[in-house]
Parts: sequence; structure tokens; C-alpha cells
Amino acid sequence: MCLAVPGKIEAIEGLTASVQVGGVVVRARLDLVDDVQVGDYVLVHAGFAINKMDAAEAEETLALLGEVQRLADQ
Amino acid sequence: MPTSELAAQVADIAGQLSKQTTRPMRFMEVCGTHSMAVARYRLRQLLPDNVRLISGPGCPVCVTPASEIDAAIALAKRPDVTVVTFGDMMRVPGSDGSLALARAAGGQVQVVYSPMQALELAVRRPDRHVVFIAVGFETTAPGVACAVQEAHRQQVDNFSILCSHKLIPPAMAALLESGEVAIDGFLCPGHVSTIIGTTAYEPLVRRFAIPCVVAGFEPLDIMRALAALVAQVVSGQARVENAYERAVQPEGNQKAQQLISRVFEVTAAEWRGLGVIAASGLRLREEFSHFDALKRLDIELRPVPENPACHCGEVLRGVMEPHECPAFGRACTPEHPLGPCMVSSEGSCAAAYKYR
Repeated sequence: MCLAVPGKIEAIEGLTASVQVGGVVVRARLDLVDDVQVGDYVLVHAGFAINKMDAAEAEETLALLGEVQRLADQ
Repeated sequence: MPTSELAAQVADIAGQLSKQTTRPMRFMEVCGTHSMAVARYRLRQLLPDNVRLISGPGCPVCVTPASEIDAAIALAKRPDVTVVTFGDMMRVPGSDGSLALARAAGGQVQVVYSPMQALELAVRRPDRHVVFIAVGFETTAPGVACAVQEAHRQQVDNFSILCSHKLIPPAMAALLESGEVAIDGFLCPGHVSTIIGTTAYEPLVRRFAIPCVVAGFEPLDIMRALAALVAQVVSGQARVENAYERAVQPEGNQKAQQLISRVFEVTAAEWRGLGVIAASGLRLREEFSHFDALKRLDIELRPVPENPACHCGEVLRGVMEPHECPAFGRACTPEHPLGPCMVSSEGSCAAAYKYR
């Protein structure tokens, strides 16, 4: 349940962002993070962005997740 | 990084571990998401024989006591109440049925991924009282605090929570205090640490001289963190290390911490298997007590005797591994679970069964 996944903010409306997580767009509240804008990466847990992530590190995590998924599927 | 290279790096770290020491070591992965990743990528099998990794109490659904599961089920049976929950809770057995069975019998139970959806439902359905089953550790509590604060601001009268939030460091301290299981170091939970920061483990390190390494959730993250734990033990050190820097800062997410403090206060809490641990749970502050489902709907928590055939308690304390339980895979399976550790997506028994 403490799973959180990185995603890229595609749109922001008020305190709610549309975040692309692995090809799926989810809604995430922005109450717990400061100064985020479209294009930023955030870590999403239970409908909330819980942390802003460095873009390069987030992309590395997403790439790693992809590789890990392939590894697990083998 | 190509898949084969990733696998090679994981294997390489495992190989290095076996060269460093032959001294027996036991580390505990505190977090249920780690337990699932460790089982899924079969990391235990890669470790040298002297390095053991045991699962701990970090599955929120699993440590929720039976009395609170029963209260959730009792709420679901009330004709005026809609129970809203994370999916993990649905099939957890109480002393008489589960939320899933209550729904099958006509109870109103809805699964959501965010506590805000529960509040939205309450706003849409003023004719129902909506109760959100608030389980989870420090990662989840800020979102629930936000929903409660929003309900307070909007004066949503038909919304409340069954508050079962728990705090991880006090449980780690309780395990060490008990001395029941020898632990040489903790693989600390990644996303709990995103909220509480690495500094939250400093008191544990000072008090118990226990190595603590915060880890991410990919195989390489976990192996690197284990390597850091082994290195600390070999060199006789005990400190907090952050092996998940891309998601965890030393001070954590202070905005989230402030929100938790505004809505909740720290209290003693009952953990399945661990008993009552001082200052290990959260309850609503007086200002927000209107959103306490137990008070609002006059539900009493009744002590429930544990099912003697279920050894979830021992598994959660790290004194029994899932396969050592006499019921594992026999009387207790994901289809017919005796306890929460077999049914939660983060339960140690569920992980061990799925990837056995």
C-alpha cells in the first residue's frame, strides 16, 4: 500500500494534476508538494503527489521499472 | 540499461556480499512493498547463505487488529452507511466474514485509490453516511489528513473515517525492545521515508546501535541497500544511510508532516501480532473528532481472540517465516485466507505463496 510511482504532470487544474504514469493518466492532488508545474515529475501515492522528483532521476526510475518488468516476465 | 546488464549488476552485488564475510546476519525489510519485491525478484535466493532477510510488520492491512476489521464490517452492514476502502482491505477476514462478503450480502462497500474519492462520494450522496477506512502508515496519512481537512472546510457532515493509521519507527523500536528476534539492521521503507525523512531513524540508531538503510523498490535498489547494511555490520558501524536519494530527503516532506500534525495526534495503537505500542498510531485531534466514525456512528471496538490456526502475528514480528506456518498453502491460501498476511497485496505470506 505504500507503493508510489513516478509520473509526469500533463495538466494542472486548481489543486489537482493529471499525471501520466506508465502510459496511464491518473488524477493526483498537489496539496503535499510545492512549486510544481506542467512537465514536472512527481511521485504519486493514493491519489496524492508526495514528492517532486528530478526529471532525469524519474526517467531513470521509469526506465528501470520497464527493464525490471521485462526481467520479471522472462 | 539492458535487462541482462541489470540482472548482472544485481548478481554482482550478491556475489560481492558472499566475499565480504561469512558471519551470519539477519536484516529485516520493514515494508510490505519491499517484501513483495524481494519475493517477486527472488532476491533471497541470490543472497549468500549467511545473509538472511526477514519480513517485518510493514503491511498496513496486516497489522490492523481484528477488532478494527470487525468494526469496518459492522459499518458495512448498516443500511445508512457506505464504506469506502482501499482494495487491499476487501478480503481481509474478520471474526465473522469480510468487507467483500458484507458487500455480497447487500452492504454498500466501494473501493477507491484515493481518500479524496471517499469525500467526493459523500458530497455527491448526502443521503448516505460515507466512512473511509483509513489504514496506512506515514505515506498514506497525509492524504487522509487532507481529505479530513477538506471535509471540515466544506462542512461535509456525512463523512467520517475509521482511523487506523500507524507509525513505523515506534514499531521498529518495539521489535528491538522485545528482543524476540535478532536483527542486525533494518532495510527501511522507501516511501514512508519520503514523508518522514531519514532523520526519523536517528533516535533508533542512537538507542539501539542498529544500522538503518533506506531503500527503493527496484531489485538494484534493494541489493545496494543490503550491501550497505552488510558493510556497516562488517565495519562495526551503525548509522542511517539513504540508498533512495531520488525520492527521500533527510528532512522528509515537511508539508505532509505538518498536515498530519494539524489533523491527527499521536496515540498508542494496537498492532496485530505486536500488541499495543505506545505512541505508534494516529487519532483525530479534538477539532476534527466530528469525523471519527466510531464516535459518530456509535461503534464499539470489541476485543477479538486471534484465530489460533493463523500465525500472522509471528510472521509480522519476524519470528516465523511464511513457509514455516503449518497452515501455509494448506488451510490458508489466497482463495481461503486465514489471516491478512495471505490476502493483502503486501502480505509476506501472499508474497511467499505467489512466488513460491
